[in-house]
Amino acid sequence: MRHRIPFALCASLLPGAVFAANLNVSVELPRIDVAEYHRPYVAMWLEREDKSVAANLAVWYQIKKAAAAMPGAAPAPNPQGGAKWLPDLRQWWRRSGRELQMPVDGISGATRAPGEHVLNFDASKGPLANLPAGQYKLVVETAREDGGRELVDIPFQWPAKQAQQIKAKGATELGAIVVDVQP
Amino acid sequence: MKPVMKTIAVAALCLPLSALAHKQWLAPSKTVLNVDQWVTFDAGVATDPFVLDNNAMRVDNLSITAPDGTAVAPENPATGKLRATFDLQLKQAGTYKIAVINNSIAASWDDNGQTKRWPARGATFTAEGFAKEVPADAKDLKVTQSVGRIETFVTAGKPNTTALAPTGKGLELVPVTGFNDLYVGEAATFQLLLDGKPAADVEVEAIANGTRYRNAIGEIEVKTDKNGRFTFNWKQPGLYYLSASVTDDKAEKPATSRRSSYAASFEVLSP
Repeated sequence: MRHRIPFALCASLLPGAVFAANLNVSVELPRIDVAEYHRPYVAMWLEREDKSVAANLAVWYQIKKAAAAMPGAAPAPNPQGGAKWLPDLRQWWRRSGRELQMPVDGISGATRAPGEHVLNFDASKGPLANLPAGQYKLVVETAREDGGRELVDIPFQWPAKQAQQIKAKGATELGAIVVDVQP
Repeated sequence: MKPVMKTIAVAALCLPLSALAHKQWLAPSKTVLNVDQWVTFDAGVATDPFVLDNNAMRVDNLSITAPDGTAVAPENPATGKLRATFDLQLKQAGTYKIAVINNSIAASWDDNGQTKRWPARGATFTAEGFAKEVPADAKDLKVTQSVGRIETFVTAGKPNTTALAPTGKGLELVPVTGFNDLYVGEAATFQLLLDGKPAADVEVEAIANGTRYRNAIGEIEVKTDKNGRFTFNWKQPGLYYLSASVTDDKAEKPATSRRSSYAASFEVLSP
């Protein structure tokens, strides 16, 4: 209590602070030791309490068409790139993917290598602009060719009353997931 | 015991051949897809749904309705010993209806203690043939019309319902829960129609794929309510075979009774 009062005073003295609200998401794609590893497809979105999608944050998939395996060989039979596998992100496909014309600016991206990936979202622009206050879930879903699928969700309040860090961990296809909500 | 057996035997003889415990199905390779993807279908007839151990289904009366309501032709159709198969590319976004629609009339009667049938198996009913081959004064004459639909549904991208509009003939199913929006842990409600009107108090059965690998068929049975609606709670993901039939006297002449049947395959996903 004693600490909160000066903090509130500070905040009120800095009008800019109101607009500094942001959401940082860190997602770890674990290194999976298999003979044939393909980078996973990943979708991240904000889910309302009725499971509808409030905002898509990222979709990582194979956007470009695959090159022919060898010079002179027939081109890979997927002129659409890897879009045909997007329905394997089952929940994302059902909740919003099937209604989108991919790729979507600012959301689509190429698949990523194992490791920690950090995404920062500003409340004043991008997917979080005009996001009404409320209870949300960050949902991270992943599907890997010749591998598994996993979905992890993290509930949080938006906007945060105070800085909040929420951690979760996937079991197989996802590593540590950290949501950092800044007021 | 004897009279009971006789009743069963007579009842069995009255049924059209297709009704003798055999199930017909259209099994899609996937039901939730993206635009431009291909789907392949198996069409079989056997005691257990999805078990290819008896006969290929006749798909002469196959009709595929695209999301915009137009008819599209299957590609690479082929008929083998145990299944017929065809492919479909989902060029449009939305829901496709794949249906095999049958409508036939068959007569059976008692000719000095022997059961006679017309038309012969595989032959087609014609009014002229009926007048010629079936004696007008035949004993115990039963003329039955069989109206049947065997369906399945696949969706590219966002589902829609244009192709799912009922025709108003025989038993049909319309979605309350989307046909390609089925998940374990979520109740699915559909509506059964007979001649376009809610079919109340009709038994509907669902059987999950994989009967070969378990001891019990494990059928789920529900009854439609007064609005023709019924609800299933799927216990496991996979393909399901749903079927229902109704017998009434709203037959086309010269048939006096009508058996309307409906069967459809649905894919249930895990959430």
